[in-house]
Amino acid sequence: MENLIALLVAAPLLGAAVLLCGGRRLDRTGHWIGTVLAAVSFVVGAVLFVDMLGKGPEERTLTQHLFSWIPVEGFQADVAFQLDQLSMTFVLLITGVGSLIHLYSIGYMEHDERRRRFFGYLNLFLAAMLLLVLADNYLLLYVGWEGVGLASYLLIGFWQHKPSAATAAKKAFLVNRVGDMGLSIAIMLMFTTFGTFAFGPVLESTDKTSEGMLTAIALMLLLAACGKSAQVPLQSWLGDAMEGPTPVSALIHAATMVTAGVYLITRSGAIFNGAPDAQLAVVVVGAVTLLFGAIVGCAKDDIKKALAGSTMSQIGYMILAAGLGPVGYAFAIMHLVTHGFFKAGLFLGAGSVMHGMNDEVDMRKYGGLRKYMPVTFVTFGLGYLAIIGLPPFSGFWSKDKIIEAAFAQQSDLRSWIFGGVALLGAGITAYYMTRVMILTFFGEKRWQPAPDPDTAPSVEPGIEVHPGEMPHPHEAPKSMTIPMIVLAFGSVFAGAVFGIGERFVHWLEPVTSFEHPHPVVGVPVITTATIVVLLLGVGLAYLQYGRRPVPVVAPRGSLLTRAARRDLLQDDFNHVVLVRGGEHLTRSLVYLDHSLVDGVVNGTAASVGGLSGRLRRLQNGYARSYAVSMFGGAALLVAATLLMRAV
Amino acid sequence: MTQLAAYTTSTGEALQFWVLGTVAVIGALCTVFMKKAVHSALCLAGTMIILAVFYLANGAYFLGIVQIVVYTGAIMMLFLFVVMLVGVTAADSLRETIKGQRWLAALCGLGFAVLLVGGIGNASLKEFNGLGQANSAGNVQGLAELLFTKYVFAFELTGALLITAAVGAMVLTHRERTERARTQRELSEQRVREGKHLPPLPAPGVYARHNAVDIAGLLPDGTPSELTVNKTLRSRGQIRDVSTEALNDLKALEQRAEDRLERPRPEEASK
Amino acid sequence: MNPVNYLYLAALLFAIGATGVLIRRNAIVVFMCIELMLNACNLALVAFSRMHGNLDGQIIAFFTMVVAAAEVVVGLAIIVSLFRSRHSASVDDASLMKL
Repeated sequence: MENLIALLVAAPLLGAAVLLCGGRRLDRTGHWIGTVLAAVSFVVGAVLFVDMLGKGPEERTLTQHLFSWIPVEGFQADVAFQLDQLSMTFVLLITGVGSLIHLYSIGYMEHDERRRRFFGYLNLFLAAMLLLVLADNYLLLYVGWEGVGLASYLLIGFWQHKPSAATAAKKAFLVNRVGDMGLSIAIMLMFTTFGTFAFGPVLESTDKTSEGMLTAIALMLLLAACGKSAQVPLQSWLGDAMEGPTPVSALIHAATMVTAGVYLITRSGAIFNGAPDAQLAVVVVGAVTLLFGAIVGCAKDDIKKALAGSTMSQIGYMILAAGLGPVGYAFAIMHLVTHGFFKAGLFLGAGSVMHGMNDEVDMRKYGGLRKYMPVTFVTFGLGYLAIIGLPPFSGFWSKDKIIEAAFAQQSDLRSWIFGGVALLGAGITAYYMTRVMILTFFGEKRWQPAPDPDTAPSVEPGIEVHPGEMPHPHEAPKSMTIPMIVLAFGSVFAGAVFGIGERFVHWLEPVTSFEHPHPVVGVPVITTATIVVLLLGVGLAYLQYGRRPVPVVAPRGSLLTRAARRDLLQDDFNHVVLVRGGEHLTRSLVYLDHSLVDGVVNGTAASVGGLSGRLRRLQNGYARSYAVSMFGGAALLVAATLLMRAV
Repeated sequence: MTQLAAYTTSTGEALQFWVLGTVAVIGALCTVFMKKAVHSALCLAGTMIILAVFYLANGAYFLGIVQIVVYTGAIMMLFLFVVMLVGVTAADSLRETIKGQRWLAALCGLGFAVLLVGGIGNASLKEFNGLGQANSAGNVQGLAELLFTKYVFAFELTGALLITAAVGAMVLTHRERTERARTQRELSEQRVREGKHLPPLPAPGVYARHNAVDIAGLLPDGTPSELTVNKTLRSRGQIRDVSTEALNDLKALEQRAEDRLERPRPEEASK
Repeated sequence: MNPVNYLYLAALLFAIGATGVLIRRNAIVVFMCIELMLNACNLALVAFSRMHGNLDGQIIAFFTMVVAAAEVVVGLAIIVSLFRSRHSASVDDASLMKL
């Protein structure tokens, strides 16, 4: 059975190779090849899952050793896979959502002449992501980690003729580099500390390691997670990443890749458990990002960017939960899975809306779409109910648990602070998601004529857009609605399936271990408070957007709103602190190099040159002068000979 | 007495050494310091003859004769030929042009001499054998025996060296003619075409004592004409300029003639 | 008189010749000075021959003469061709070795 694990990675990898090397003759069939291979991977994953369910909880881990990658004395790097409950969860999420989004992309990318390449990149992403979650050591995980970064870069910049897309891709790549550096340093530290980087030996020997070293490794892992999962302070790339095609946003920048940081922290749980300071840092990062993303999400008028802020915020919840230790790992992963369903569904819905509205992304120019796109409306609505955490939809089951866990920490102060933040986040989530919902599907029509493609570079190519034409909203084709419907089912039922009887927690317990949280106040109180807060958020949004007509041009807004529209000044901050600082540093280094280093080198050269110039005067070209030297030399030789004989 | 004999030579030889040695050193110094190359050559020839005498005195009869025949007779004459080619009368300026060269040279020469003399003084033999035994069968025979036995290989090599030197000298001085020599007719046609010096070049100036070819002929206004002197002399700068000298001579001659005839001077006559 | 005096004379002549080489600019005179140095060596060799009582010194002197003859032939040819091309026999005029 374990021999099937490699097939999980191999199928999409084969797809990527075939599609990217196959050339134009695959243009007609390429998307089907990609989709079928993604589905093959999913089927294999399902077979393995069924097999796993048939075993006892402690015997479920499968390993497959493919080959020895770098066999050096004292340095063994293997290409080996490990499939346990945690990996299995991810495999099913990745291949399942991935297959659905492949299917969706067939319709969405129908008019794009580079569709084959798009599917090649998607398959490449699937292969890299599966490698990431299946690796049995950190080095192989790093390969997958970089692979998804590459796929993300390629897909964000898929419409590279748009300068904004090219820039966004570069930005994502560069910011991710910072995080990747953290991961590589963490791996190096692991190697020097443990002498290996296979999960088993590393995670089993953490009790014998000093807390300082564990904290260092954990902080570096946190840096990596921040980069990949768009957490503060490396969050700035995610909003711009929405320049990529919508299926990419749904798959990579909502459901799977951005959750890799959560996977990394959960997988390295033993290290974090041994480093409470690092755990506190994780919790702080999660809490800050949770609010940050939520506030940004409230202010954005671009539907995808609003959803991106929401993604950031929800991953903040997961990171927060993962930072809580064994109390929260399982809930983090559970929220990750449910989020994978409803956020992917929301993005696909957004894609469907854009598809019907001539690729308009400004929600202020939507309005009243529920009559024209009923399927999209229903699926998007179910995703909305799930994300705000209304019982019994799936978001409730996972988010409520995280809030409970946030209220259950070592000290009361920390419990109240982080619990309060999580609770507040739930309210803001309800607010901005209701806003999205009302702006898009309710109210009066605020449609605008299609923008001129020459002046509006954000228009996705390949889709017929006639300037000045009013949009004709229509329901998307079957290939797009089916995945949305499937994901909507997930949004509705996944939470209940996982949550009732703590099935998911028990499923993951052998890998992540689990402790029951003991919140500072009773669980029913927290649940009630959560529901009250989210209803408040919904009501506030309704009062603000449902009762009054929505202006097409965004009002100036408060200072916070304006800052949030600019992503809370993250880019300005980066520019002032990092770019300017880097420029000044570089300039001073250049100056130092010119004055000091070059000065020494040039001074040496100049003094040698000057000396040579003076010595050159000895060479006056007159044979008689040379004869004097010869004769003088001969005289010296005679003198030396006589001297030696005298001695 | 035998001890003494091992150290000394006969009184006659000593006298000869001191007299001729002095002359040789003077000759060498003159070689170095004479302004004209031809004088240097003559002084060197004298020094070499004295050296030949010393060879003879030292029992090297063959070398003494060879010194006179080859060096003084052949090599020095070769030098004189070259001096003649380059210019017999051209005198060198002894002014030094390279800064410090003279002092350095003097220092080197003096230092070298002191070192050599000191070294030889230190290393001088306790006794000397004389060539009586070696020359018993005749100096030439003795040399020939060594030359054709022990040194035969070197001797053959010197033969090769001489041949090579002869060929080398020919190669160095030989100039390959790259085009046909122009005939007299062609030369005259060229002169006509260029329009200058249609008649033959003017003859050099000939005046009283000086009928040599190195005196430029005078133009009607008394200035010398470079054209009248041979090109080689011109390039060597060996033209003897007699224009003012000749005019002065002429004036003096007229003066003397008038004095003798007791004619009044032109300016006096005008009074 | 001690025949070592011949050696002293040879040393003196050699030094004079060397000085001449260094201070004279006329290539012909320089050459003559070189000949003077060679002759000084020959005198020393002949004196050595007498002191040691064998003829090897004279043989070497003989070879020196042969080599000197060859050298003169080539050297004078060089001077002649130099004069031909530069219209000067000054060794300082041939100073193209400097930069």
